[in-house]
Amino acid sequence: MTAAPVTSAAPEATELAVPLPLLRRALAHRSLIAGLVLVGAVVVAAVCAPLIAPHDPAAQDLRAALLPPSGEHLLGTDHLGRDVFSRLVYAARTDLRIGAVTVVVPFVVGTLVGSVAGYAGGRLDRVLSYLVDTVLAFPFYVLILAIVAVVGTGERGIYVAYALVGWVAYARVTRSATSVTAAQPWVHAARESGLSHRRVLLRHVLPNTLPQAVVFLFTDVVFVIAAVVTLSYLGLGIQPPTADWGSMIADARAFLTTKWWLAAAPGLAVVVTGVGLSLVADGLTDLWGER
Amino acid sequence: MRKAATPLARRVAHALLRAGGVAAGVVVIAFLLGRLIPGDAATALLGSRATPEAVAELRGRLGLDEPLPVQLWEFLTRLVTEGDTGASLVNDVPTRELILARVEPTLWLVAFAAVFAVVLAVPLALWAATHRDGVADHVVRILTTAGIAMPAFWTGLLLILLFSVRLGWFPVGGVRDGYPVSVVLPALTAAFAIVPILVRSLRVQLVEVLRADFVATLRAAGLPERRILARHVLRNAALPALVLVGTNISYLLGGALIVEKVFALPGLGDLMFDAVGSRDLPVIQGVVIYSALAVVLVTLVTDHLAALLDPRLRRAA
Repeated sequence: MTAAPVTSAAPEATELAVPLPLLRRALAHRSLIAGLVLVGAVVVAAVCAPLIAPHDPAAQDLRAALLPPSGEHLLGTDHLGRDVFSRLVYAARTDLRIGAVTVVVPFVVGTLVGSVAGYAGGRLDRVLSYLVDTVLAFPFYVLILAIVAVVGTGERGIYVAYALVGWVAYARVTRSATSVTAAQPWVHAARESGLSHRRVLLRHVLPNTLPQAVVFLFTDVVFVIAAVVTLSYLGLGIQPPTADWGSMIADARAFLTTKWWLAAAPGLAVVVTGVGLSLVADGLTDLWGER
Repeated sequence: MRKAATPLARRVAHALLRAGGVAAGVVVIAFLLGRLIPGDAATALLGSRATPEAVAELRGRLGLDEPLPVQLWEFLTRLVTEGDTGASLVNDVPTRELILARVEPTLWLVAFAAVFAVVLAVPLALWAATHRDGVADHVVRILTTAGIAMPAFWTGLLLILLFSVRLGWFPVGGVRDGYPVSVVLPALTAAFAIVPILVRSLRVQLVEVLRADFVATLRAAGLPERRILARHVLRNAALPALVLVGTNISYLLGGALIVEKVFALPGLGDLMFDAVGSRDLPVIQGVVIYSALAVVLVTLVTDHLAALLDPRLRRAA
């Protein structure tokens, strides 16, 4: 990608082109750093939840239900008198862990399938792209809901549903990156020099295509966390009493008009996490795109 | 002479073939979905307290005693001849009728969401593209990044809070106030989910358009920038925006079904949730198949609508 400014005079263009990549690099680092800071903060909160949360996230106290924010309860209490801030912090634990675990199988399977199809080409490639088209024809949530209905709700349902659906996107991303790389002359040279297909693919092609899959991984986690939270909001994901952002918003719905922060806070947590991950993805794209 | 066929005709034929293949795949996957149920499907669907007679009856109804290929064949024949995936396990009404009864709110919602998405995305993308790497570009980038991370149901709740509770402009939910007023907020919510995707793709395309020779010519001819943007660049952006909605229709439709739940619209999403709650397999399969077939159809049409309306794409084939 040559993202130079529009200029007709060639010498001028080269002069301009020097500071620009530097600027873009700095910007790339800035978005990467901002992203890492945001994601890092959420991860630290999740890992250190017992140290950060001032109260037991599951401790009910009906006499102290629906209290407004105060020094004792930073975000007030919910309808069962539980401390909302503590639940928010513990929910980060649940949602981040599930988000991270969910993408593992789709990432590995999708990247492998996409690599093989893109490298081999021909009939295998056509079968794969047909399969990808078919799975992508289903509206995501419709298919996920259907699978969850069949295999059961909760964490396991989420893992199974996403393992069945999510790999397709990785396969598509990796497939197109691989078929571009595999057409490079050096791949041909590597084969000519007697290396096996397996070695060329795994040791030479894959390291070149993996960055794209990794960037997609970060984007995908944003998507998966939103899906986990959505399923939990609908009562099909994380089951009570485990704290999770989606079920917190579902609980808060009844008090939307009077206690809006109960719904706003967990949603903001989702957005902050998602923005952080997206910034990391953007930063990595720019950084690796420079090479 | 084979070669005499126009590229467009050949492309349409190829696309039709491909769409047909995908449609067939969709039906097979939806059929297999029912066979994903761990253990005995009939027992799982009825619960462990069901009588053996009831389980046997359901096995017969679902055709579970037949070999798999026979089941698939029966599933396919019923779908093709009756457009149905069987009667609901809850109230015995054919799925086809349940879907027809619920399709109206969903159609209103998706149509309005598509329009809102284009109306919101085009100016934002134009604003970003004309101020590339400037403040506006960064503002739009931050907005779209945040937008992608916002779960649709949460956006919906915020919109309800602002426009329904505080301002009282729109109903909180339901369809008692008729169309289209009942679907304005839901459609806006569903649109918000795809606007970031549209803006990002459109921005890239618009940056290319702004760099195009004809824009330089117009500038050199002394046309005011505003006029170039409004009359020439915008026209080049509208069609891609529409096509982008088409390519993202699957995402839009899936999000719309979730949004229905938040706004209590009695559409396909509502039907789906009820079916999921009661594990009503034929209804689940029906919604899955019809929504996916709708996606296949819309994608097919938008791909070629673009080619028909834009002669350059026709030749590019």
